[in-house]
Amino acid sequence: MISVGVAVGVAVIVFVTALIQGLQSNIIERTLGTQAHIRLISPDEVNIVLPTAKGTLQLIQEDKRAQRLRSINNWQQISASLDQLPLLTAVSPVVSGPAFARRGEAVGSVALVGIDLARYQKIIPLKNYLIGGQLRVGAGDALIGSQLAKDLGVQVGSKLRLDTGQQNSAVVNIAGIFELGVRELDARYVYLDLKQAQSLLGLPGGVTVIDLRVADIFAAETIAGQVGRLTSLQAESWIKTNAQLMNALTAQSLSTNMIIVFVAISVAFGIASVLSVSVVQRTREIGILRATGATRQQILRIFLIQGAVFGLLGSLIGTGVSYALVWVFNRFGPGLFYIPVSSTLILVTMLLATLTGVLAAAVPSRRAAALDPVVAIRYV
Amino acid sequence: MSDNTREVLRLDNLRKSYNLGQPNEIEVLHGINFNIGRNDFAALVGPSGSGKSTLLNILGLLDKPTSGELYLLGQATSGMDDATRTALRGSSIGFVFQFHHLIQAFTALENVLMPLMLTRGKPDKLALQQAHELLAAVGLATFANSKPNQLSGGQQQRVAIARALITEPALLLADEPTGNLDTRTAADVFDLFRKVNRERGCAVLLVTHDPRLSASCERTINLVDGRIESDTLNN
Repeated sequence: MISVGVAVGVAVIVFVTALIQGLQSNIIERTLGTQAHIRLISPDEVNIVLPTAKGTLQLIQEDKRAQRLRSINNWQQISASLDQLPLLTAVSPVVSGPAFARRGEAVGSVALVGIDLARYQKIIPLKNYLIGGQLRVGAGDALIGSQLAKDLGVQVGSKLRLDTGQQNSAVVNIAGIFELGVRELDARYVYLDLKQAQSLLGLPGGVTVIDLRVADIFAAETIAGQVGRLTSLQAESWIKTNAQLMNALTAQSLSTNMIIVFVAISVAFGIASVLSVSVVQRTREIGILRATGATRQQILRIFLIQGAVFGLLGSLIGTGVSYALVWVFNRFGPGLFYIPVSSTLILVTMLLATLTGVLAAAVPSRRAAALDPVVAIRYV
Repeated sequence: MSDNTREVLRLDNLRKSYNLGQPNEIEVLHGINFNIGRNDFAALVGPSGSGKSTLLNILGLLDKPTSGELYLLGQATSGMDDATRTALRGSSIGFVFQFHHLIQAFTALENVLMPLMLTRGKPDKLALQQAHELLAAVGLATFANSKPNQLSGGQQQRVAIARALITEPALLLADEPTGNLDTRTAADVFDLFRKVNRERGCAVLLVTHDPRLSASCERTINLVDGRIESDTLNN
């Protein structure tokens, strides 16, 4: 009976945890699928004000400077040294700036992104998002988003004029069309070769952003700090740029943990009360066991093991039930995302349940072991 | 009175008080002295409240005397810690209670094997054979795999006796072993005790109210108000 109670508790814990894990990894995957974990950009330009002479008061009326498009100084060296950092799994220098895409009468404002395709693929796997054409930049080839293609009525093989408004313009050939699944990006991103974008944006040999990818996405903020200090550039992690998302995820994890703790507590009390009753019911049997040579330790062990068995058995059943629940969810659920059930989660939960069983059994088994055999035998 | 070279139990001025140091302190055993030898088949009799049960608990190492010494197989027991007492109890003393006290979840065979399992773990072939022999000796060879609730009261009591004998104890303590059995079954169980005493050389001490039972024993120790009033041999 109590094992069923434990089973329900374990099933709830495993299912809820797996659900939340699946949901969170799905959200993060979607968010990070289309953006770099860390972006390095030039620090903002500021007005340099002469220091005041001692004893004088300076009143300043200052217009903040406009942040023009400019290259990161020494980006080749920075990029090369970042390549050596084991914390980072990918480094991709990018030049990006605004432009107009024109086809006949139709005009769209776009963001030109000049990339080194091989490096950039490690940041955003464009290959996975390609819906038409080929993955190719350079020699006048460009990749555009599906929404832009629709707006301008172009398809793979069409020509497109890109105009940066700085007396620079070029006609590119649309080599491929991608769909990132974020409308804003699909309507604005135009991927070009690094060199072509540099000349279009008037930044020959320069890059404006270095995109980074890290192994541990939740350490992105700390790593961003380190990389920022190392390069004296402005480093923005995805955690900072998606602060709201992170807040939501943290709150969600917190509520999951609360559920787990409270379920575990109620399971523990269930086991403890069942064993307490069992100690009272078996008082006489405990007395006989003691009289026939059982030591206090043996009695203690019997009840502790019983608690552990309750926990283990319950968690076995509960795991089975939660597997079934997850299977049903994955098979017949809304199909928005897939719930993975990791073996670590199962093992940890089973271990926790068994441990809870032993802990819950501690009080009743101590009571059983402390029973005076003289009293216990005559207990009716 | 008893063969001193084969002494099982010796009581030396044994006293027991309850509520020690409190205003309601009461002494229930006032200096008990007697010996029990290997071949003794004795009855401990006395009216209710005379201290029989207290004495039995002390003899069985379940309880400790307040003063005086209890020698079991020549060893003084007062200085022993709980673990040693438990081990000695497990190996040298068999208990039979008024209520059979079998473990309901176990079969008759498992109940008999229990004392061995407690001290040695999983029973070996020899232990199994021994248990079967004991069940046969108490006339329950065919009931080895029955649960206690499938046995009659007399049969359950006989299983309890087999359980008490599995460790080959030097002393068998029985507290009103026939107390809730009908006369005929009681006689059977009593005969079994006698057989055990004769064939296995195991000292038997019966606590009983029944004068006919005590008269059938070889020796009667009469306890009145915490003192031994008489200790006589019957014939």
